[in-house]
Amino acid sequence: MASESEPSAAVEDGVRRRDFINIAAVSFAGVGTVAVVLPLVNQMSPSADVLALSSTEIDISAIQTGQAIKTSWRKQPVFVRNLTTAEIDEANKVPLGSLRDAQTLAERTKPGKENWLITLGVCTHLGCVPLGAAEGENRGDFGGYFCPCHGSHYDTAARIRKGPAPTNLVVPPYEFTSDTVVTIG
Amino acid sequence: MSFPWANQYQPQQPLMKWLDEKLPLPRLVYNAIGSGYPVPRNLNYFWNFGVLAGAALVIQIVTGIVLAMHYAAHADVAFNSVEHIMRDVNAGWFIRYAHMNGASMFFIVVYLHIFRGLYYGSYKAPREMVWLLGVVIFLLMMATAFMGYVLPWGQMSFWGAQVITGFFSAIPGVGEPLRVWLLGGFAPDNAALNRFFSLHYLLPFVIAAVIILHIWALHIPGSSNPTGIEVKDEQDTVPFHPYYTAKDGFGLGVFLILFAALTFFTPNLLGHADNYIQANPLSTPAHIVPEWYFWPFYAILRAFTFNFLWIDAKLWGVIAMFAAIALLFFLPWLDSSPVKSSNYRPLYRKFFWVLVADVLLLGVCGKMPAEQPWVILSQIGSIYYFAHFLIILPIVSRIERPEPMPNSITEAVLAKHADDASAATA
Ligand code: HEM
Ligand code: FES
Repeated sequence: MASESEPSAAVEDGVRRRDFINIAAVSFAGVGTVAVVLPLVNQMSPSADVLALSSTEIDISAIQTGQAIKTSWRKQPVFVRNLTTAEIDEANKVPLGSLRDAQTLAERTKPGKENWLITLGVCTHLGCVPLGAAEGENRGDFGGYFCPCHGSHYDTAARIRKGPAPTNLVVPPYEFTSDTVVTIG
Repeated sequence: MSFPWANQYQPQQPLMKWLDEKLPLPRLVYNAIGSGYPVPRNLNYFWNFGVLAGAALVIQIVTGIVLAMHYAAHADVAFNSVEHIMRDVNAGWFIRYAHMNGASMFFIVVYLHIFRGLYYGSYKAPREMVWLLGVVIFLLMMATAFMGYVLPWGQMSFWGAQVITGFFSAIPGVGEPLRVWLLGGFAPDNAALNRFFSLHYLLPFVIAAVIILHIWALHIPGSSNPTGIEVKDEQDTVPFHPYYTAKDGFGLGVFLILFAALTFFTPNLLGHADNYIQANPLSTPAHIVPEWYFWPFYAILRAFTFNFLWIDAKLWGVIAMFAAIALLFFLPWLDSSPVKSSNYRPLYRKFFWVLVADVLLLGVCGKMPAEQPWVILSQIGSIYYFAHFLIILPIVSRIERPEPMPNSITEAVLAKHADDASAATA
């Protein structure tokens, strides 16, 4: 009979039936737990409607040289700034080695459109909206943007120059759909 | 555990006898906070704050559940629903002001409770576990209060949420995805508001559970006392009820008077006016400040204005802020002096008061804008804070010569009585 031969068979190859059942049961419970925990963790990630807001069209025809506007993309503020020639020159004059987060203005804009500086209006320190996009606001020591929360100064290429922020203002993914319309996202 | 001379629970009525056999809940209460719990006879009013913290938690839960009946956790209407509570709901203004100021009162008594522990050495063996659980409660309270402050969806709510969740983005690599996961979006919005409400409702009950563990751990060695000398025999203790129920009852009365004064006469004293402006994701208030109970930690966060070693300023600030609290977990092992009470520790006693002054200084720095002289003061204050725990305390506990101590609690009490009596007759 099979059941009678079992104990001796188990001793021979060193594996007991009970060990196998234990390991199988615990592994199965483990896989089951993971299968339940994953959706419980993942439900916290941005939902489909939040992700659906991920592209925005902006008409930039009304922005005069030297002016900027604030708009919003994925519920985050975006700065669109039409740089003056003086501001462009100033940004290009800065030696790259002196920058905390070394990038040229050209790397931060589109070819032939160096005057259009488009960045998130989210300070890379702890996320305040820097000043400088609206008329008359403090643009900081380097003429770009100034974050009042903990005093970060950004230059005319929105690069971090002074204060606690670790990196430059983020350039979101965008494209010129025409000369006057930009699609962000 | 309890002392062998503790009073025994003896139910008299048949109903209580029946209950004691089926579910000895009255026995548990009797042994925990009734006549069956012997307590040192010499506790002073600093031993009231634990009970007061418990009362504050009950007040938060009761007012909170009522607020939740009228509040709507949706970014479009949350702000207006709080205004609706303030203007339309019957006595809504009272309940909300009680909840707002209840949070402040809760932190006031908990801070006093913590500093009581620091002064009288309550964190030392055999009560390390009591202290560790206390630090856990403190962390949970901070998380609860932070999420509660987001709920009214005012300007400070929104920008507080933005800045605090921004801490996580300082973590290299996983930081930004982690932040997006926590918020359920790229900036605080409906998803964040809803989950904060859910957790704000949950955490106070978790706190209640940890408080039960805290008291369980406390009742194994029993309460400490102002001399720091352990109980030796029956003479040293009195039953909790009626002696300390009466003393705590008096303290509770004083607490409620102060609480009522704050709630009725200056309900917005400790709040920030900007939180009566609805959240605007496109405009940051000129000066973001957290609630007063976070100021010292906020000052430590902002003290790092420069990169140091290979870690950037932002990450340093976040590490330092969390370390300032995490340090408390190690306190029982940083202080090696066998003497508990500062009453007999001439050197530690002085540094204790310097630490109190330092935390107050950091508090002021955390409130002020990030400008000089506050930046340099918060840097000095932060260095001192860490130096106190990591350098001064270990050294002091080795070199200090404690003052002579009485042999027992009873001897200390009787000596004090003799002094008082001779002073009275003189
Ligand atoms: C540890 C205990 C608690 C603390 C420290 C705490 C703290 C806070 C704080 C600081 C606020 C913001 C007040 C304001 O500025 O308006 C708040 C709001 C709120 N809390 Fe709590 N809370 C606690 C327990 C609870 C509980 C148990 C509930 C519900 C079951 C609750 C429900 C609410 C609601 C609905 C609001 C939004 C209404 C308002 O802003 O007044 N809270 N809480
Ligand atoms: S958030 Fe901008 S400097 Fe801190």
